[in-house]
Amino acid sequence: MGLFRLKGFPGTGNFRHGIHPPDNKSLSAESKVEVMQTPETVVLPLLQHIGAQCKPVVKPRQIVRYGEVVGVGRAFISASLHSPVAGKVKKIGMVTLPNSMHLPAISIKTEGDQINPQRLWDEMTAMDWPRDCISIYAPETIAKIIHNSGIVGLGGAAFPTHVKVAPNDSRMIDTLLINGCECEPYLSCDDRLMREAPKAIVTGALLAGRAVAAKEIVICVENNKPEAILKLQQATEKTLIKIAVLKTKYPQGSEKQLVKSVLGLEIPLGGLPSDAGVAISNVATIASVARGVIKEGPLTHRVISVSGRGIKHPKNLFVPIGISMGEVIEYCGGITEDAARIISGGPMMGFAFSDMTTPVTKGTSGITVLTHDEISDEQETSCVRCGRCVDACPMNLVPTRLALAARYNNPSIAIRYHINACFECGCCTYVCPAKIKLVQLIRTGKKLVAAMAKS
Amino acid sequence: MIRTDLFVSVSPHIKQDVTVAKIMWTVVACLIPPLVLSMFVFGFQILYITLMSVGSCVATEAISEKLLSRPITVKDGSAVITGLLLAYVIPPGVPFWMPIPAAIMAIFVTKVLMGGLGFNIFNPALIGRAFLVATYPVAMTTAWLEPIRDASVFKYAGAGVDAISAATPLYVLKHYGMSAFMEKFGSMSAIYTDFFIGLRPGCIGETSALLLLIGGIFLIWKKYITWHIPISLILSVGVLTWIFGGETLFTGNPLVAVLSGGVMLGAFFMATDYVTSPTQKTGKLIFGAGIGALTVLIRLKGGYPEGICYAILLMNSLTPALDQWFRPKRFSEGAKI
Repeated sequence: MGLFRLKGFPGTGNFRHGIHPPDNKSLSAESKVEVMQTPETVVLPLLQHIGAQCKPVVKPRQIVRYGEVVGVGRAFISASLHSPVAGKVKKIGMVTLPNSMHLPAISIKTEGDQINPQRLWDEMTAMDWPRDCISIYAPETIAKIIHNSGIVGLGGAAFPTHVKVAPNDSRMIDTLLINGCECEPYLSCDDRLMREAPKAIVTGALLAGRAVAAKEIVICVENNKPEAILKLQQATEKTLIKIAVLKTKYPQGSEKQLVKSVLGLEIPLGGLPSDAGVAISNVATIASVARGVIKEGPLTHRVISVSGRGIKHPKNLFVPIGISMGEVIEYCGGITEDAARIISGGPMMGFAFSDMTTPVTKGTSGITVLTHDEISDEQETSCVRCGRCVDACPMNLVPTRLALAARYNNPSIAIRYHINACFECGCCTYVCPAKIKLVQLIRTGKKLVAAMAKS
Repeated sequence: MIRTDLFVSVSPHIKQDVTVAKIMWTVVACLIPPLVLSMFVFGFQILYITLMSVGSCVATEAISEKLLSRPITVKDGSAVITGLLLAYVIPPGVPFWMPIPAAIMAIFVTKVLMGGLGFNIFNPALIGRAFLVATYPVAMTTAWLEPIRDASVFKYAGAGVDAISAATPLYVLKHYGMSAFMEKFGSMSAIYTDFFIGLRPGCIGETSALLLLIGGIFLIWKKYITWHIPISLILSVGVLTWIFGGETLFTGNPLVAVLSGGVMLGAFFMATDYVTSPTQKTGKLIFGAGIGALTVLIRLKGGYPEGICYAILLMNSLTPALDQWFRPKRFSEGAKI
């Protein structure tokens, strides 16, 4: 590394360490996005993003229209919630999400005339997205529309997008990176979106770039998605948007690693991309920005991929937020006999769940169903100090040392070895030949460190 | 609608298809070709020594773990590796029972009593050898055999230690000098070829640079070991011998130094032992270079013609310190933004 340069960029298109798990994308990557019909009920948890919970603004038995605000995010770091259906509010109950949060959620029973979801998807994939009249939108207007549309990061973290684009005098954004890496195995929703709706992504990129006054806009794609790259190249012709083709490697899509790969910059520990003059947004988020600004439509639907060897017919689907995971899985033919684990998201950082009523939220990028063979939990043996975890850690930490510190209740060693730099990508656990649950121990260690800091 | 037939757990949900046992058995496979060649070079009796060594290592591990009420771990293959490596650093003319006390020392004292695989400080096979050198010094320093070149593989079977004695290249070099060495082993090109293939007196498994190199490169290609320790070790032996190994400075022969003794076996299979070597790259480079330097020091100034065994053991004791001193630099450590 260091000898090679990514053409046209300061970075190398690569970062140190990381892993190459089998990507298994071919299971679903070739199936075109199908549009699911409106379900009978949707369940909308009041916290689908990072930040403050929404306040519900509807009551049981109240009639709501499509796109009507049902939950308002009053805090700055929050996002509003819009109804993806027309219908009647059933109740405000509780729901447990796969990420283990137990939250109030608004259930809405669909009634009356519905918006045709096929029309929403056709709009998204249309070729007539504007590119030239972007300047009629003032940056503040774009930020405001993003805020009002309830748009959050659709890559998985679900950070409210308006916070990233809000005018801020203290920080200057030079570069807007649009993250189309999709480095998690199995998932193909961003790949499909880039192939089928490249024009919407380009319009969204220009809008978001205008909102943050970025000098440069770069769409970042891993080199295992040649068709997406081709489509984006065609769609970005005669624009200033550049496309960075990066090495396929997990976790290429992680913010810090992506900034390093493309721009060669290292964001300090505890720092934000904006400290390096960078804003990062996922391709699906950017497409919903385009929809929010140009079509004045809030975030109510998203593309998810349903994949894995444990699902009968892997698919990519355009679904309303709030639809139950069970319905989505049924639509894909259900799970196979040897299905063993259902995951919200991908297998590296996703959350396993067993409740089929769990709703799809804004941050749900897909459902991965693994089989018994894939999850075989082998007996843990003692660490042989092989150093594979050290060579896999994208943060260049010593995972085995951190795990030992956690196991033997020693937060001071954990701090000395930078435990809080770990972002829990799971590379260390993936490669460990002794099958030690390293990242799980590190999570425990972080709690020990936090407890020590309090006392 | 909760499905009770599913297994819920925390991420990551997939793991690489690599286990400690798989790595260990791969190392075992890489160690077999030199053994097969040795059977034809030193006679079939070396197979008995090797089997005795492997058998007593595995038995010692099983019995001692049973006595200590610990889980029996012989399936992971590490005792087999210790057994093979122990045999590989013993001269081919020793009596068949010789590996037994060494195996008890290697497995019971060095490994099991330290806490088992992953907790030993020293390389078990080398402690076994060091123990034999201390207890049976005559056999361990004289039971060398001339390579068989006429396929009479039972030539040495049944012969006593006294009847058969050859001199190792390093012994000749140390005590009689370069001209005697050339006289005994032939022209320089013949020496390079023979030593590279493995046709020279030496320990059971250390002679074939070619096969050890193939095994080592395979392990590096599989990413089971990294290049850092072997390369720094071999370079350091070569360069230091070139500088100090001759009559005057810069006249030593680095190739002979690297191809004789246990350098190849040590570099690829002994010094790279996970448990007793540093986990980080800088530490590995210093570890390998340190072994090379100590080896050359013992060869040139010490009492023994070969020093790699003690060099590795000495550097093993520095491993925890090397890991402490050379921590990897955290991502963005010292980043200026």
